[in-house]
Amino acid sequence: MAGRAEFSLQGRRAFYFALLLAPPLLWLGIVYLGSLLTLLLQSFYAIDEFTARIVPEFTLATYRQLLTQPAHIDIIVRTLLMAAAVTLAAAVIAFPVALYMARYAGPRTKAFFYVGVMLPMWTSYLVKVYAWRLILAKQGIASWGFEHLGLMGALDKALAVPVVGGPSLASSYIGMFVVFVYMWLPFMILPLAAALERVPASLLQASADLGARPGQTFRNVVLPLALPGLAAGSIFTFSLTLGDYIIPSVVGAPGYFIGMMVYQQQGTAGNLPLAAAFSVVPIVLIGLYLMLARRLGAFDAL
Amino acid sequence: MPRAEPTVDMTPAIELRATRRAFGSVVALDSVSLTIAPGEFFALLGPSGSGKTTCLRLIAGFDQPDSGTILLDGEDVTNTPPFARNVNTVFQDYALFPHMTVAENVAYGLRVRGIAAAERAQQTAAMLDLVRLGEFGARRPHQLSGGQRQRVALARALINRPKVLLLDEPLGALDLKLREEMQAELKGLQRRLGITFVFVTHDQGEALSMADRVAVFSQGRIEQLDTPRELYNRPQTAFVASFVGSANVVGREAAQVLTGRDRAFAIRPELIDLLAAGEPAAEGDVQCAGEVVDVLYHGASSRLRVKVDERTTLAVARSESAGGGVQGLTAGARVRLAWRPDHAVPLQD
Repeated sequence: MAGRAEFSLQGRRAFYFALLLAPPLLWLGIVYLGSLLTLLLQSFYAIDEFTARIVPEFTLATYRQLLTQPAHIDIIVRTLLMAAAVTLAAAVIAFPVALYMARYAGPRTKAFFYVGVMLPMWTSYLVKVYAWRLILAKQGIASWGFEHLGLMGALDKALAVPVVGGPSLASSYIGMFVVFVYMWLPFMILPLAAALERVPASLLQASADLGARPGQTFRNVVLPLALPGLAAGSIFTFSLTLGDYIIPSVVGAPGYFIGMMVYQQQGTAGNLPLAAAFSVVPIVLIGLYLMLARRLGAFDAL
Repeated sequence: MPRAEPTVDMTPAIELRATRRAFGSVVALDSVSLTIAPGEFFALLGPSGSGKTTCLRLIAGFDQPDSGTILLDGEDVTNTPPFARNVNTVFQDYALFPHMTVAENVAYGLRVRGIAAAERAQQTAAMLDLVRLGEFGARRPHQLSGGQRQRVALARALINRPKVLLLDEPLGALDLKLREEMQAELKGLQRRLGITFVFVTHDQGEALSMADRVAVFSQGRIEQLDTPRELYNRPQTAFVASFVGSANVVGREAAQVLTGRDRAFAIRPELIDLLAAGEPAAEGDVQCAGEVVDVLYHGASSRLRVKVDERTTLAVARSESAGGGVQGLTAGARVRLAWRPDHAVPLQD
């Protein structure tokens, strides 16, 4: 009897456990993985050029179209370069900020910094993008500032650089880059600060104690232990840039980005398979990026 | 027992002169002066918050004093950063680098000083052998036991051949058996290497068994600096008497009643005799009567507390093996106590 009671108790526990786990599993399975697989499936279909209907038959024609047209390759390379540049710049700017927040700021300053980093994220994304277009416009506050600092010549020179330059900041890749970095900076600072806060002070003391100068301690101890945070932050900035379609269409040069292409192909052009194939590109790129980060030992300290 | 005082002509390994450090309104270290001889095994003993760890951090260079001077080997290092001091530390939590192997951890001090890789590997292997971890070089710190990590931390600190090794509660995180093993190991290591060891501990047993000299800290000051034997037998203050070996401290008023002298004194529990019924006390002994409060059996010995008067309860220790056990004594029993006057140690006020 006792054994049976125990069994039924265990059975009931398992039942409740399953009940508890079911909603998140269903959510993850259907809403995320399901739609992702559907998307992947779509990319292996193609569109009938005469009827503009999707032919639900397995084909690699869409991928051939994606990877053989020079214009498409241009879009992928352009997006990839922008994402890489934005990630790098965000890391360089975020590191000292995160380091200060995690290691040097007192409790009040730290709270102020956290709020300061997160506050812009509470404002509408669209408002910020359009505000930046005005800030960077030809007669905008940015060029006004450059003029009053006597740096107009430097700005003109930067804008005269082929490809990244343009008639104004608002219509150049430089301007777009600035807006991307501004937008995604919090996503780099927060995981980085979290990673740096987890590094025990005694490790830094031990390093100094063993004869390492501050620069050596930074290279040998702080940086390697911050790598998981850097990896997490860069996954955010990298993937957010790869997938964004609003910033490139509001600020910057007219060249297309992957996100814009997805938006256009599934909308006005009505080529859902090509849109799907385009949206597979960031997934593949991020996968490659994660593999690279792993190879470089970014997750060793975890 | 001669005192291990440093001789005059030797330059002290460490010297603190009127060193003071306050954190806000809390004075962690209040004008402490201290001289440690080369090759000495020195303990900083005290309860938490007594200033002993602050003292160690000042010597290591992790913190600077508000006033006073710190000399290492005769050289003023008060404002020298830790990486430029010939002192190495074994941290309480060991502070091993989690992203490096055991061998990389040990080699770290050589690496940052630009020693060639071949030389580094050789010295690291020798050091790992010294702490009996020769096989563990390729492991990560998290794959080791507490005792092994401790030995890695030791090897990592010793590879720099420091003049002084600082140990912050080095055995605090280990269990009892391992702690005893490591005590012997540390002591042997220190004797072989001849390096000055300074270790911080709150465990008086550890300090007494390992150190040549002990500085007892209380409230940011050194209460007494002496050899373990002197500290145990001749405590100068009530704090030292009760903290080191938990002696009975009898205050002035009670002392007046018991001995007729207006001076506080300490008496060790094992030096108090328990008189059998009708047994006379020896000539000249101090005696008193009291009521047993409780009896604690510790195996080799038993300890009972005897209430002598309203203010005074004395602990009495009896060896169980020597036939002088406390069988038959229970709480509430009336007993008579006696001790030789020269066993009572007069205390400063």
